[in-house]
Amino acid sequence: MKPGPFRYLSPDSLDEAVAMLREHPEAKVLAGGQSLIPVLSMRLARPTHLVDLAGIPGLDRIEVRDDCVRVGALVRHAQLLADDEAYAALPLLRQALSNVAHPAIRNRGTTVGSIAHADAAGEMPSILVVTDGVVEVVGPNGRREIAGTDFFAGALETALEHDEIVEAVRFGRFPARTRTAFLESARRHGDYALAGVAAVLTLDEIGRIASARAAFVSVTDVPGVVDLTDILSGMDPDSADWSVIDEPVQAALAPESDIHADADYRRMLAGELARRAFAAAAGATHGGTHA
Amino acid sequence: MTTRQFGAPVQRREDPRLLTGGGRYLDDLGHTAYEAAFVRSPYAHARILEIDTDAAVDVDGVIAIYTHEDLPGAVGEPLPVLIPHPALTAARTGYPLAKGEVNHVGEAVVMVVATNRYVAEDAVDRIVVRYEQLPPVVGIENAREAAHLVHEDAPGNVSAHLVQEVGDVTSAMAGAPHTLTLELDIERSACMPMEGKGVYARWNSDDESLRVYSSTQTSTGVRACVAAKLDLPLAKVECIAPDVGGGFGVKIMHPWPEEVLVPWASRNLDHDVKWTEDRREHFISSAHERGQLQEVTVGFDDEGRMLALDVRFWHDNGAYTPYGIIVPIITATQLLGPYKPGSYRVEFFSLYTNTVLVTPYRGAGRPQGCFAMERTMDAIAAHLGIDRAEVRSRNFIQPDEMPYDHGLMFQDGRPLKYDSGDFPASLAKLKELVGWDDFADYRAQAEAEGRKVGLGIGCYVEGTGVGPYEGGHIQIETNGRVNVATGLTTQGQGHQTSLAQIVADELGVPIENVHVTTGDTRRMAYAVGTFASRAAVMSGNAVALAAKVVRAKALRIAADALEVSPEDLEIEDGVISVKGAPGSSIDLGTIAVMSNPLRYAFDEAAKKATQFAGTFDVEKPPIGDDDEPGLEGQDFYSPTQATFANGMHAAIVETDPVTAEIRILRYCVVHDCGNMINPLIVEGQVHGGVAQGVGGALYERMVYDESGQLLNASFMDFLMPYASEVPFIETDHLETPSPLNPLGIKGAGEAGTIPVTAVIASAIEDAEGFPITSMPISPPELWALRRAHARKDAS
Ligand SMILES: Cc1cc2nc3c(=O)[nH]c(=O)nc-3n(C[C@H](O)[C@H](O)[C@H](O)COP(=O)(O)OP(=O)(O)OC[C@H]3O[C@@H](n4cnc5c(N)ncnc54)[C@H](O)[C@@H]3O)c2cc1C
Repeated sequence: MKPGPFRYLSPDSLDEAVAMLREHPEAKVLAGGQSLIPVLSMRLARPTHLVDLAGIPGLDRIEVRDDCVRVGALVRHAQLLADDEAYAALPLLRQALSNVAHPAIRNRGTTVGSIAHADAAGEMPSILVVTDGVVEVVGPNGRREIAGTDFFAGALETALEHDEIVEAVRFGRFPARTRTAFLESARRHGDYALAGVAAVLTLDEIGRIASARAAFVSVTDVPGVVDLTDILSGMDPDSADWSVIDEPVQAALAPESDIHADADYRRMLAGELARRAFAAAAGATHGGTHA
Repeated sequence: MTTRQFGAPVQRREDPRLLTGGGRYLDDLGHTAYEAAFVRSPYAHARILEIDTDAAVDVDGVIAIYTHEDLPGAVGEPLPVLIPHPALTAARTGYPLAKGEVNHVGEAVVMVVATNRYVAEDAVDRIVVRYEQLPPVVGIENAREAAHLVHEDAPGNVSAHLVQEVGDVTSAMAGAPHTLTLELDIERSACMPMEGKGVYARWNSDDESLRVYSSTQTSTGVRACVAAKLDLPLAKVECIAPDVGGGFGVKIMHPWPEEVLVPWASRNLDHDVKWTEDRREHFISSAHERGQLQEVTVGFDDEGRMLALDVRFWHDNGAYTPYGIIVPIITATQLLGPYKPGSYRVEFFSLYTNTVLVTPYRGAGRPQGCFAMERTMDAIAAHLGIDRAEVRSRNFIQPDEMPYDHGLMFQDGRPLKYDSGDFPASLAKLKELVGWDDFADYRAQAEAEGRKVGLGIGCYVEGTGVGPYEGGHIQIETNGRVNVATGLTTQGQGHQTSLAQIVADELGVPIENVHVTTGDTRRMAYAVGTFASRAAVMSGNAVALAAKVVRAKALRIAADALEVSPEDLEIEDGVISVKGAPGSSIDLGTIAVMSNPLRYAFDEAAKKATQFAGTFDVEKPPIGDDDEPGLEGQDFYSPTQATFANGMHAAIVETDPVTAEIRILRYCVVHDCGNMINPLIVEGQVHGGVAQGVGGALYERMVYDESGQLLNASFMDFLMPYASEVPFIETDHLETPSPLNPLGIKGAGEAGTIPVTAVIASAIEDAEGFPITSMPISPPELWALRRAHARKDAS
């Protein structure tokens, strides 16, 4: 459980980092290391070089803008979780982040890193898509933006080229009268979830459902948005029968069996969590409510 | 007056050091040592055709590469069968490095020694071993079927077959008004100490001696094995257990291959060599436990009293049996718990599989036995419609029946004879603690809220403090410092505190002056080890006896000096004084000076003992005929049999009606380990034990696929409970002293673990209304069971 040989590189700027990636086709970006280092220690990956982002100034900022919360590549999960301004702007961030791993890991692991890592069991990729988020990328040809929904290509696969780096992600803010909830079930507190769901409800002026969206964790190949507006719009959130979402929810799931739970169980669990999450969002008077 | 330490909740004296990073664990030692890494078998069962190390030799920093062919003499022979037994007719052990064949994934095949572990692993990566795969035997059913064999010469995959019977089960069963049969299944788990194994050896070519540090539960055992394997005089080998980050049983097994290979390599290379086990190695090459299939048939009367108990079980012993059949023997005998079976027959088959070997893990066969017995109690209660606690109490051995001889042979080869316990009193305490009689109301209320809850119970008796012996050595220095040594080892149990409490009381010294050393063969060469909840009973009584020896000597010397009789003296706060005459006193340090007549005054205090100090009787020799110099003494404690602790646990669980998630709402423990040296430490042991029990009940399993690959060999997929999964534990104690030893104590180390699986199964069964026969259980499994029962009900 010791990594094979590699060279450690510590660039001072994103441009330098990109140049290093270009020069070394077998190099890897290192952020918080909470996913990458275990993989190296088990010798499941053998990068020749690690390009550490830690020394690049300016990447550790959280910016709350009118339409989004922008999170730099070196913002740790813990930092974002604790940020009251970000919470006020987009409560779903904290609702989800409190389910990401444990404090020790959140202190080092970065939110952007978990998006770049693109594990379908990670919470934050789903949050990115359900907020209509955007990934800001730097590469040899300058900057480009990728919509969250286009970013994830498969298990641990993204639209990033080898020599591209995610500079930041932008989580979109919701319109007024939006309520959210995040629920997941893990075998142990802080583990990757067997299934999880983010539920987003936006109400109209008279308090009826105007739009309803969900995104799932661990039960889909890639994070995607399940739009339930057609079924739920016009309903009174206080008296809605949430089982009406079962069919479209089930249609969107593609759970797989593993040693912790079989696909049938995950399917049932995701369905139940979705109902409960919408009920929770509907009932949320604080925390889940947006200005 | 010195306050009595025995029985006081003294804070653990070792904790400040351990909690502030002052611990010295195996990998904290020997930074200049070469380090070892191993090529381990990727197959569960295979013949080794060829080992090609060419590409590894060139790796910069590689010092040596060894295969079985390189191992000389006894080093290359099979590892010992530590505990032979007449029923263990096909004992098989592995070699330090595999010879021709591998029998489980993870078995060591090639050893690499390099300047550091990184380089050693680089070299390991380049070694190519060609194997011819053989059909693997995985799982108890396959082992039992024996379509393939693990060892060609162990027919039926059976290592041991043992039957014990007390009374005439066949006729008692035939005459019983009711009979029930249960088929039960328990999965594997493992100790998983925070620190894995590790060995660090320092060969000293100047005087041809060897010092071995091992993260072990028995330094005397490792020392003896190393001396034998390396053909060294015992006097030239010393073994020290440094701070050990947990053991839970896996480190009482010895010698592990590495405990032979690392010392041998150190001598061979004339250089320090170290090996620190990593977590993956721990999963695939250290020991597991627990896996059993059981078949219980019970005959009972209309009151629920057992008349006959007939148990057959199949025990998965993994690929080898170096630790003998201790685990199934314990299951077979301790299964009976606090109950009288009427008549009892138990038969087990210990079976080989191509998996990691099985040796004791905290509880050591008892959790399985307790599961069988307690499931049976619940089944009787359900069958007759009698309260589950009531059925248990009707089968209890009564206090006036103590000592109670079951007529069986226990794991120490001695009679299974309970020395003490008051089971009705313990049960009464437990019912009170958990609110047994109010549970129906609580359930009704929960049901009204749409919640599902259940109450579970489990009782056990634990043979603790098995022999053969432990020793204590005590030396008082001239400054009053009290050095205590006992040979068994410490893995965090708090021996520096509890043993010091005993000595402080016996000697009448402040506990701050008492310093306890464990597991160092330089200080105490005769010892057995730390296992079977035996440290407090064995070493506790041994140091108490040694303290009495030293106390007597101190009083004798003081009596001479003060010209009184020893009976008139007392010791308090390290000072000996004449009772009722506080003026004439002398401190223990001075007695230590006087006890050692000197020629040379090496310090100020020593002057008093030199030849011209002029305070002695010239007619007598400086050291009397039966005397020895120094204020020190030693003694050994060796009991005729084990002490039997007991306990009863109850839990309230809630299961989610839809998702089948399982939550423990309350967990209650009533525990009887006799007189408690330190209730704080006992409580800590119970808490830790329950935490491991919760792991075994709800989380942990070894997921082997049919080819013998362990699919969850990491802490990501092997689910040990976090603090967040362990419930708050409510405890109460009953202290029925053991009549067997002077301190009246019984062991407490494993207690918390034993009944948890049974208790949680009982509670889930109570919540769900269908039998729980297989543990551990996860929400997906419970959910699947619900569906199966719903289908059955529908058809
Ligand atoms: C015990 C444990 C439990 C965990 N539980 C959870 C959990 O419940 N939920 C969860 O979501 N996560 C969990 N994680 C993972 C954790 O959230 C990681 O921090 C996260 O997945 C990766 O972030 P990082 O900064 O550590 O990335 P690293 O490990 O440094 O990198 C991960 C990958 O992303 C790439 N990468 C990182 N940053 C960038 C970037 N800016 N641009 C391009 N590529 C980049 C790296 O090259 C690497 O391939 C857990 C981790 C551990 C060790």
